Amino acid sequence: MSDEHGHDPALEVHDLTVSYLRRPVLYGVDFLVPQGRLVGIIGPNGAGKSTLIKSIMGLVPASGGWARIYGKPVKEQIRRVGYVPQRESVDWDFPVNVMDVVLMGCYGRIGLIRRTGRKEKARASEALDKVGMLPYAGRQISNLSGGQQQRVFIARALAQESDIYLMDEPFSGVDAATEAALVTLMKEMRDMGKTVIVVHHDLATAREYFDMLLLLNMRVVAFGNTREVFTGKLLQQTYGGRLTVLSEIADKVAKDGG
Amino acid sequence: MALFVTVACALIGNYLVLRRISLVGDAISHSVLPGIAIAFIMTGSRTGTPMFIGALVAGVAATVFIEILHSRSRLKQDAAIGITFSTLFAIGVILISIHGAHTDLDLDCVLFGKMDFLPVKEPVFLGLPGVAVTMGALAFCVGLLIILFYKELLVSSFDPALAASMGIHPRLVHYLLMSVLSVVVVGAFTSVGAILVIAMLILPAATSCLLSERLWVMMLLSLLHAFLSSLAGVHLAVALQVPTAPACVVAGTGLFVIAWIASPRQGLISLWLRNPDPEGAMEA
Repeated sequence: MSDEHGHDPALEVHDLTVSYLRRPVLYGVDFLVPQGRLVGIIGPNGAGKSTLIKSIMGLVPASGGWARIYGKPVKEQIRRVGYVPQRESVDWDFPVNVMDVVLMGCYGRIGLIRRTGRKEKARASEALDKVGMLPYAGRQISNLSGGQQQRVFIARALAQESDIYLMDEPFSGVDAATEAALVTLMKEMRDMGKTVIVVHHDLATAREYFDMLLLLNMRVVAFGNTREVFTGKLLQQTYGGRLTVLSEIADKVAKDGG
Repeated sequence: MALFVTVACALIGNYLVLRRISLVGDAISHSVLPGIAIAFIMTGSRTGTPMFIGALVAGVAATVFIEILHSRSRLKQDAAIGITFSTLFAIGVILISIHGAHTDLDLDCVLFGKMDFLPVKEPVFLGLPGVAVTMGALAFCVGLLIILFYKELLVSSFDPALAASMGIHPRLVHYLLMSVLSVVVVGAFTSVGAILVIAMLILPAATSCLLSERLWVMMLLSLLHAFLSSLAGVHLAVALQVPTAPACVVAGTGLFVIAWIASPRQGLISLWLRNPDPEGAMEA
């Protein structure tokens, strides 16, 4: 499937279904992300947001459906996708420094057995510079704050030089300055034609960060441009009974004429 | 001899400690027993290739059983390990007991090793006992594999999800690592026994982990630990007239305790110097 300009969509997910120990976690997820968009995936806890991107990456087996990157199965396009796992998923006491972690971003490209060289170092330094972490290149990773850890993860993703990025909760537990810096960076990436898909949990900021939103609660509640889907009614559907937080945001949406 | 055993164990032990699967190392060291027993019963050979193959198969089988138990049931990994290794070890003991009457594969050797007797009993090659040559070659191969696949091992140990997303299969790496571990364990087995081999795997890595902040530094330090503990262990064994293997382990533990107390960044002393009264500080 191509859009009106004949481009393959950056990401196409069709009827994706995932179960865990026979219990369905995601049913029939269908959506299509054009190139060069900054997309937020939002939904309540347990909605399957992380599972969705893990299963797109093939890290969690799908029991049905498929995902394609630029028109081809993800397996064939592995160089074009950068995955940023949750920060908590790794052991930050591991004996590596910041530079080592960012260099890992280059591993997929240089292939088996070969080692990282000057070219990769330069690329990693550039990525670190973009997230403002170059002065910390030699720092052991256990001495970083949460925000700095997340910046390192994003730098590693930049070093991968992918066309589409899937990021799992990059804003969780980071300071406000880091969050602002990362959003700016993501917008820059989008302006360069990259597609960035972000699992996000903060409704209050979702509207100003993303071009498009996927409202998810085990199935797709809505997918589209932020302006069209960030409505009180759809959010209510996504979050079900959890009204207390929601009504405030719904009020705000109504007030702003959203 | 002692040195080659500890070097091979130390190298691979780094990955066990970092991947938080130290006890899988213990499990495999026990689980290879039925593999060795079956190989011995089938071929009648007590050394060389059949034993390594038997151990390899048993070690990988143990890893697979642990994975299956863990992923296909509600059991956590520790329970899965406990079930797998004790069962396989029991099967091994039964097999050896049945056939042990007319063999020289005895349980004492399996459990406690016999490092000190090797140089006198075994055939000699280039002035070194044959088993020492095997272990030396093994240590060399392990070192070479780690150098070649350093970055794959690093990324799949640090961040398996990223590794998988880049097409480096962490599970494949895991099984390869466990295969190498099984082979190393068999080599170590005949000299230090099933019980103490775990110390040879974990102590060097645990010690160097307290002293270093980069993986390759940690590797080199673990080699130094392996070297020092086998040297000290052999001397201790001679001085006290005790078996070499336990002496090496005790020496290795001694080094670990020194590192734990005196490590420049993470040691008890330096932590105390930086923050003499942690509880008081918390109240304040």
